[in-house]
Amino acid sequence: MKTINFMKHYKLWFVFSGAVILIGLIMMLVNGLNLGIDFTGGTMMQVELAKEVSVQEVADLISDFDLNPDIVHSGVDKTGVIIKTKQSLDNAKRIEVFNVFKDKYGIESKDFSADQFGPAMGEEIRNRAITAVLIASVFMLIYISIRFETVFGVAAIVCLLHDVFFLIAIYAITGKSISSSFIAAVLTIVGYSINDTIVVFDRVRENVKRDKSKDYFGIINTSVTQTMTRTINTSLTTLLVIGALYVFGASSIKEFAFPLLVGVTVGTYSSVFIASPVWAVTRRYLGKNSHYASK
Amino acid sequence: MKGKNTLLFFLIVALIAGLAFVAINGITIGTFSISPVKDDLKLGLDIRGGVSVVYEAQTDESGADLTKTMEQTKQIIGRRINELGLTEPVITLQGDKRLRIELPGVENAQDAINVIGKTAVLEFDLVTGSVAAKEGMDVSEFEYERVLTGINIKDAYVSKNSYNQPIVAFKLDSEGTDLFAEGTRKASSNGTGVGQIAVVLDGKVISAPTSRVVITSGEATIDGNFTYDTANELAMLIRGGALPVQLEEVQTSVIGPTLGLNSFNSAIKAAIYGIIIVMLFMMIYYRIPGIIASIALTLYATVVVYVMVGLGATLTLPGIAGIVISLGMAVDANVIIFERLKEEMKVGKSLRASIDGGFHRAMSTIIDSNVTTFIAALILFAFGEGPIKGFAVTLMIGIISSMFTAVIVTKSLLRFSLAFTDRKKLYGSRG
Repeated sequence: MKTINFMKHYKLWFVFSGAVILIGLIMMLVNGLNLGIDFTGGTMMQVELAKEVSVQEVADLISDFDLNPDIVHSGVDKTGVIIKTKQSLDNAKRIEVFNVFKDKYGIESKDFSADQFGPAMGEEIRNRAITAVLIASVFMLIYISIRFETVFGVAAIVCLLHDVFFLIAIYAITGKSISSSFIAAVLTIVGYSINDTIVVFDRVRENVKRDKSKDYFGIINTSVTQTMTRTINTSLTTLLVIGALYVFGASSIKEFAFPLLVGVTVGTYSSVFIASPVWAVTRRYLGKNSHYASK
Repeated sequence: MKGKNTLLFFLIVALIAGLAFVAINGITIGTFSISPVKDDLKLGLDIRGGVSVVYEAQTDESGADLTKTMEQTKQIIGRRINELGLTEPVITLQGDKRLRIELPGVENAQDAINVIGKTAVLEFDLVTGSVAAKEGMDVSEFEYERVLTGINIKDAYVSKNSYNQPIVAFKLDSEGTDLFAEGTRKASSNGTGVGQIAVVLDGKVISAPTSRVVITSGEATIDGNFTYDTANELAMLIRGGALPVQLEEVQTSVIGPTLGLNSFNSAIKAAIYGIIIVMLFMMIYYRIPGIIASIALTLYATVVVYVMVGLGATLTLPGIAGIVISLGMAVDANVIIFERLKEEMKVGKSLRASIDGGFHRAMSTIIDSNVTTFIAALILFAFGEGPIKGFAVTLMIGIISSMFTAVIVTKSLLRFSLAFTDRKKLYGSRG
């Protein structure tokens, strides 16, 4: 296979990622993030009504509760409704809402689901997730530094942070609700992106040993080209599985497959176009003064 | 040699096919039977339906006191759940002052929450300030020092006082007896000889008797404006175990079983379609190695479910995400091996040498990428909670299973397959 010059436009990739993240940040400052009830506190109730009922009818039905709710249909046949409110309803209140539906449509308790988060919970869930990801990053950095060398570790972590910010930007731009599915996406990135990056870096490490020229850009081009088929095939097969979940899954599975799709795509993009250039640029910058200590 | 390897190849394939078959359909031979693995797999609340509630204790206690309070609360709630006759309840302490209660498959979630969360915090408070406690007062209206809580009460029943009014009589456990003796001693030694010990239920004074003597017997009564029914209700609450602390519902998930199972079945179906597409892709693209990868993937999927059953791990939706990622990594391991194999063949090595060389060089890649992801999973398991833990568990199981199947099974099958063909073309070589 002919070596592709990935490094030729590396500044373009940086600018592209930077721009997406920047636009995301601006959108975030202007519109705020569409935070789900997991993060703001609130209640989500899902009712299966066995027939399609208009959103307006549901809104009228529960207007006495003053919830200021978002109401959307769910399910393939739109026979379900999802009611979201920023108010944290306790069990007694939820039973009242349930009874209204029960009286009108004769539903049973098995047709009723609810999620409720107290106002402080969201912040805590977020903080815990951030802490876990940060600690995981530190340990991965240590491992990569031992098995490869520090610059690889730093590039991998930069790539990881890039992914997380990129993801936040996508959520900010599309206005998709940031809920527990977002956490699933972050986790996917942590799992998949790192795996993908390491496979490319492994080839870089090998080529560095063989090629003493210190032409780091050239080494990246060779390595990325050599691993290209693998990168494409692996991402393709993984995306096929997630794509099947997205296409054939019920609505809750669909909602859950979306962040995975985004996570794997971003993870693949970044290992080739962010992690590798970051390594090459840093390596070249450190350049002639430091000797290479790849293991 | 050739015959032996062909035999081994098909023996392994038959074994894997058999395992997968048993996993899907179960098997019965005489009295010995294995049920389909689907029936043994523990499904999380988000799939199976049920309720999970996180309560936060409203208390300023800390350290050992808090730990003790939380342990007691956990016990009492456990007792209440048992009285409801619910199966497989999970009650876990989360952090310092949180309690997560999971009731899988509960029919009427809302009623269950009501019974469990009923606080009924009973306290005996020694009034320490100048303001006397009166019935109906809020605890915040006077100064006090807690003597004991409902946890120290061993038994409670309705009795009658000398005016023939219903009262609640109670017996204390040994710790309660000591605490009560200490409390009544303090009450009667405050200079005037008369102290007040308020009986407080859910923050409201229900009775404010004065105490003149030190009670060391561990038996006493609560006077209040009781009817027989209200007295009986209080006695029941105390017997059933009043919680030592007020609980606030901070997070709830009520998932109707119809909603949960529907999405699970659709996910399983979707996953099977996905895996079949992946196998077809691998077979078309990599030929013989692709077929071998498909066999290895079948074993991988079987191993993952059996390990989950063996460990008693619960499958949740984020858990499915973990399996999908590790499935991707299992495919990845095979792809890395096959790509290396192609490279080795390209430089003109024999098929056998290419397989060995390809494996050798693929190993360091596979180990490093899997170990790094495993580290991430391990940390997420240690520091994460709820959904994050579910993800981490399946990811770890998946990584180990994928290493095993990709490294050992793929390698053996590749070698054995040399027995029936040596055409490089069938191994993906373009040359």
